[in-house]
Amino acid sequence: MATRAEGSARGVDRRLLRSTRAARAPLAGSVLLGVLTAVLIVAQAVLLGRIVARSFLHGADVAALRGPLVALAAVIVGRSLCAAGFEASGRLGAGRVMSELRSNLTRHVLRERPSGLREQRTGDLVATAVQGVDALEAYFARYLPQVVLAVLVPLLILAYVIPHDLAAGLILLVTLPLIPLFMILIGLAARSRADERWQTLSRLSAHFLDVVRGLETLRANDRDGAQAQTLRDAGEAYRVQTMATLRIAFLSALVLELLAMLGVALVAATVGVQLADGHLAFSIGLAVLLLAPELYLPVRMVGQQFHASADGMAAAQTLFEVLDTPPSLTPCADPLPAPDPRTAPVALEHVSFAYAGRGAPVIEDVSLVLRPGELVALVGPSGEGKSTIAALLLRLLEPDAGIVSCGAVDLRAVDPQDWRRQLAWVPQRATIFAGTVAENIRLGEPRASDAQVAAAVRAAALDEVVAGLADGLDTRVGEGGRQLSAGEAQRVALARAFLRDASLLVLDEPTAHLDGASAEAVGAAIERLARGRTTLLIVHREALARRADRVLRLEGGRLHDVAATTGVGA
Amino acid sequence: MSAVAGAAHAGGRWGPLRRAAARVAPRRGRLALSVALGAGAILAAVALLAVAGVLISRAALRPSTILSLTTLTVSIRALAISRALLRYFERLVSHDLALRMLADLRVRFFERLAPLVPEGLRGLRGGDVLSRFVADVDSLQDLYLRALGPPLIAAVVIVVVGVFLLFVLPPAAVVMVVALLLAAIVVPALAGAATAASNRHQAPARALLATELVDVVQGAPELAVYGREADWAARVAAADGQLLAIQRRDARVAGLSTGLGVLIAGAALVAVAALGVQATSSGALDGILLAAVVFIAIGSFEAVIPLPDAAQRLNACASAAARIEEVTEAPVVVADPPRPLPLPPGGSLVACEVTVRFADRETPALDQVSVRVAPGARVAIVGRSGAGKTTLARLLVRFRDPEAGAVEVGGLDVRAARQSDVRRSVRLAGQDAHLFTTTIRQNVRLANPQAGDAAILSALGRAGLSDWIAGLPDGLDTAVGEDGAEVSGGQRRRIALARAFVSDARFLVLDEPTAHVDPTGARELLRALGEDRDDQRGVLVISHTVAGLERFDEILVLDGGRVVERGGHAELLARGGAFAALAAVA
Repeated sequence: MATRAEGSARGVDRRLLRSTRAARAPLAGSVLLGVLTAVLIVAQAVLLGRIVARSFLHGADVAALRGPLVALAAVIVGRSLCAAGFEASGRLGAGRVMSELRSNLTRHVLRERPSGLREQRTGDLVATAVQGVDALEAYFARYLPQVVLAVLVPLLILAYVIPHDLAAGLILLVTLPLIPLFMILIGLAARSRADERWQTLSRLSAHFLDVVRGLETLRANDRDGAQAQTLRDAGEAYRVQTMATLRIAFLSALVLELLAMLGVALVAATVGVQLADGHLAFSIGLAVLLLAPELYLPVRMVGQQFHASADGMAAAQTLFEVLDTPPSLTPCADPLPAPDPRTAPVALEHVSFAYAGRGAPVIEDVSLVLRPGELVALVGPSGEGKSTIAALLLRLLEPDAGIVSCGAVDLRAVDPQDWRRQLAWVPQRATIFAGTVAENIRLGEPRASDAQVAAAVRAAALDEVVAGLADGLDTRVGEGGRQLSAGEAQRVALARAFLRDASLLVLDEPTAHLDGASAEAVGAAIERLARGRTTLLIVHREALARRADRVLRLEGGRLHDVAATTGVGA
Repeated sequence: MSAVAGAAHAGGRWGPLRRAAARVAPRRGRLALSVALGAGAILAAVALLAVAGVLISRAALRPSTILSLTTLTVSIRALAISRALLRYFERLVSHDLALRMLADLRVRFFERLAPLVPEGLRGLRGGDVLSRFVADVDSLQDLYLRALGPPLIAAVVIVVVGVFLLFVLPPAAVVMVVALLLAAIVVPALAGAATAASNRHQAPARALLATELVDVVQGAPELAVYGREADWAARVAAADGQLLAIQRRDARVAGLSTGLGVLIAGAALVAVAALGVQATSSGALDGILLAAVVFIAIGSFEAVIPLPDAAQRLNACASAAARIEEVTEAPVVVADPPRPLPLPPGGSLVACEVTVRFADRETPALDQVSVRVAPGARVAIVGRSGAGKTTLARLLVRFRDPEAGAVEVGGLDVRAARQSDVRRSVRLAGQDAHLFTTTIRQNVRLANPQAGDAAILSALGRAGLSDWIAGLPDGLDTAVGEDGAEVSGGQRRRIALARAFVSDARFLVLDEPTAHVDPTGARELLRALGEDRDDQRGVLVISHTVAGLERFDEILVLDGGRVVERGGHAELLARGGAFAALAAVA
């Protein structure tokens, strides 16, 4: 399982760099800074070699070496700036990438999938979208630069060493093909180490959580004392087990370290022999020796940063998964003008719909007609697809088979925003947006007057709720404000619907969270509101259904005409 | 000045961490070993380069025999191998230390936590206090491995390098020690301050952005229907832009503090090189050692690389320790008496005019409630949720003490006895009994470690689970999953009930045994309890449903913390009062 996760993390990695526009700048920056850093590393070694050689062999003093020393200082400043640049551009890149992903997410949920994300925990998703930047910073500010350096630094070092000292160059060149091998070794080591350790530790941690959560039960059964000993034993057992795996897991790092260190030792010996034979200038020999450890360092650092990058990838992956959910609407190229439900009947013709990944269709071969001005009640057990029918009428979803039409026009040929302008909707669970009560009521009519809002408030039986609020209609509600109860939120949604002069009303359980008296009042208001408009009323309260011109029952994904069979309706 | 203020504040900040560290068994030997190995690994690498510098310097003088070089070559190889081995063993020792420490911490904190459960934790704010507690304890495992180890290793390296250079090139010793200390202290401090400041700046912007995103994700359908997509997209974009502007500024600060670390190391290198050149030309330094000194100046900084991260971890550990203390230092509300008396072997379980008041509520949760459960008796307490039933159950097992009145077993006030004696005699099957991540057998046996399979099966049978267990391929060995995720709510209740049945307690207090059980099953369960009189234990059932209580000896109706009615089933039904009303709802 972990292997698969890592595999997909690599895919995400590539996708993040290729498909995200914002990622290109930090990538380009990293490459540029990487080249600069590599050049400076070589320059530093060459300068140090010259300084030491002239002092040691020729007795030059500081004054004589002022030039190279100043140059060395300049190289140091350059390296510092490169390091600062890696960090700053990496962090900024992470911020930009997350911002772009968030904007994609917003577009996706608002335009392509307005039906809402199913089975997705909003809290987690949003936390990832906002806080994921921290994890991604490690990727862009540390991992990515290391990868770039791991490629560029060895290349530049070899470019310097080979012409100057073939023997040492050959040693380094022979070890160079080992580098990908090292990386695989590190990768494997890191992975198996992480897997093993993580699994054991998380099991141990889960056990501790289990025991702590069950402490009350343990106390009730007088087992808390015994459990402390169990905990001690479990800890010890896990330690022994974990150490056994770590002894093996750390071996690969040991091999890697040994290879790098022996590589340096080998270069030192070769350089020494050549110097003793007089085949090599001391300044160059020293520069080569200085460069030998630098050849391996960035490669080893990649391994160390590997983990830091994984969290960032997981954050990106979470967002990509949401962005990959197929759109619920197909865009229409040449939209027709929206027909008016006040004059034309709205119809579902042999409509079927299944939610992706859920197998069986929620509704199958359903046909219904809402004639202009008619109030139709739709009843049936929960989970039978009544709300799906609402979403189809609202053009939040499109049918898999069949047609949703108004007049003779297939709604797929109409711009969804155009069509929705004529609708009002009270969903089962109304969303209260961060803002004031008045702003929430004005959702569909931002320019409505205060008097119109007040009238909608009265009509939705919201006035008693508003009277109880400290700042009345100006009370802040939603996230960071006062939390409204389900019944209060529903009445806000009703007020929204009242405020909008809609031709087609879709009311999904509008009185579900109301007590008897309020439900009666709202029912009467709905009857008033529905006058002259086409209305679909989804209910399970029979009382409310009695107000309808017709009652339809949805059961087993199919529609039955209740009015005809039982006479509950008219 | 701010440093002084910071230090004063630190006394308070580090207190919990010190106390947490003091709580675990001292492992100074292992810690010293791991630090020695870590420092040894770094010093071996530095020495390798230094010796290599001497080697090529000697070679450059073209010695008549290269035999003098052989010793150096061999020691370089030895150092290379030592470096790798030291690093390997350091890792092993430090991880072993971290695991030992974690196991220790868990046990110690568990022992601190246990006496506080459940009443001592009442009033702790925050959602899942216990999950956070566990996560915090876990995070303390970093204390030695990643927070304390690296600075100690760095300290050793700095001392060794400083002392060595003092003999070779004293001015360079001063430069290196100063530079290493700057890199060890100032750079992590700056990085830490930058991180803290950026968290502070960004928090409000992130909160705003999260609010807007939640609204968009949750309210997308309504925004679409009411045509406000563009407005909300703009709101998200505005909040996003605000955050990005702050991030841009913070990124520059972070970059500067990273650059500073490289600059300090580089400046030290330039200074040491200049000092070395000067000393060589003046004859104060043997030129052969010049290259070695330069290599030491480069290699020593490996010791300070992990320090910014260590500082961050140390901070995190301190916060975790402080949060843990918030929990463990809550006052213990129920404690054993100094000289506990044994519980009398016979007699009834009695609550005598008990009154309980919660600090956050005006009306008492229980107001002078009395109930007696004689051996063999079946007593039920019914009432709406919030009537005080569970509070009463908790008094009976001494999870809490009443403000007035007393709970007695066989005439002895339970406050005079050992808690564990009380709970062995009076067994509570709590309303939210926990199922542990193990098998059904182990979960039931929890209540009586001596119970064999026959006893467990019979207890499960009394709880109405015979058919279910019989149908499970693994029977009693079936795992219940994490916190009972693999079983239904009703099965969970019945397993908790079986625990009470399998125990050897004299009194059973069953809190809502029929919650999540279907109405028919609930009625049968209660009826069986009332009718089955083989069990000579006193049973008190707490329930919000009343069907099936016909054969109980006494029924008390609790409302608003008071007993409003008491009597037999038929009697109460005939009275047409509160009990009759409850019965009518069912």
